[in-house]
Amino acid sequence: MPINYYIILAVSLFSIGVAGVLTRRNAIIIFMCVELMLNAVNLLLVAFSKMHYTAAAIQNPASAVGTDGQLFVFFIMVVAAAEVSVGLAIIVMMYRNIHSVDVNFLNRLKH
Amino acid sequence: MNITEILFWFLSALALTGALMMVTGKNPVYSVLWLIVVFFAISGHYILLNAQFLAIVNLIVYAGAIMVLFLFVIMLMNLNADNEPQKNKWLKFAGLIAGGSLLLILVGALRQSDALRTQALQTGGEIGLIHHLGKVLFTDYVLPFELTSILFLSAIVGAVVIGKKGD
Repeated sequence: MPINYYIILAVSLFSIGVAGVLTRRNAIIIFMCVELMLNAVNLLLVAFSKMHYTAAAIQNPASAVGTDGQLFVFFIMVVAAAEVSVGLAIIVMMYRNIHSVDVNFLNRLKH
Repeated sequence: MNITEILFWFLSALALTGALMMVTGKNPVYSVLWLIVVFFAISGHYILLNAQFLAIVNLIVYAGAIMVLFLFVIMLMNLNADNEPQKNKWLKFAGLIAGGSLLLILVGALRQSDALRTQALQTGGEIGLIHHLGKVLFTDYVLPFELTSILFLSAIVGAVVIGKKGD
């Protein structure tokens, strides 16, 4: 498949995530949209890694170009897992304090 | 149209449908289930790109661990009723316009570049397999790999401290 199909797919997923963050008020769904954006970027990184490998494998079939991209995806997943555990703890604490997960109630800095 | 292209279009349609249903869904539990569908489709894309290690890690970490965590938090909060109050309709419209504009600008910028149009992804290649990635992970990337354990330790401590009841 051409690389620009993958780019368009990842950009579409990212834009859906951005629109979800901007339109929804539920903190958990906003958090899930952030995860969707992270996954769109991961997909794009893997596609580019494969693209560079395909270009390099023509000259040297045993080349390892593109390994760095796949390991970056691995580290992004690790960081995302740590982020989710802390973020969900914050959402649970917020629900315990204001008995809602609506982010519109978090406007105390305004007053 | 060979089998790879059919699989590509099927998985892309599945991912986009799941993402749209996740964003527009009223019930948070259904949103979590649609997000799991998106993660499975993305794992299928990883397998098509011959990144099998990342496909399995994506399934285990995202679809397995993280989504179960989301589901448990939603069930603990008893949010399965639709209790999201309706906000301003114009603000919602503005959010949709902003997301659509971002998509339009990125796709428009992509269409200007001719260099990307010619390169094709072929199947095959060994770089995504675990015996190669594991070797690189424990030689060149051993320091970041060990540092992630400290990151996880701090995340565990942070989650326990934040989620602790009473103070």
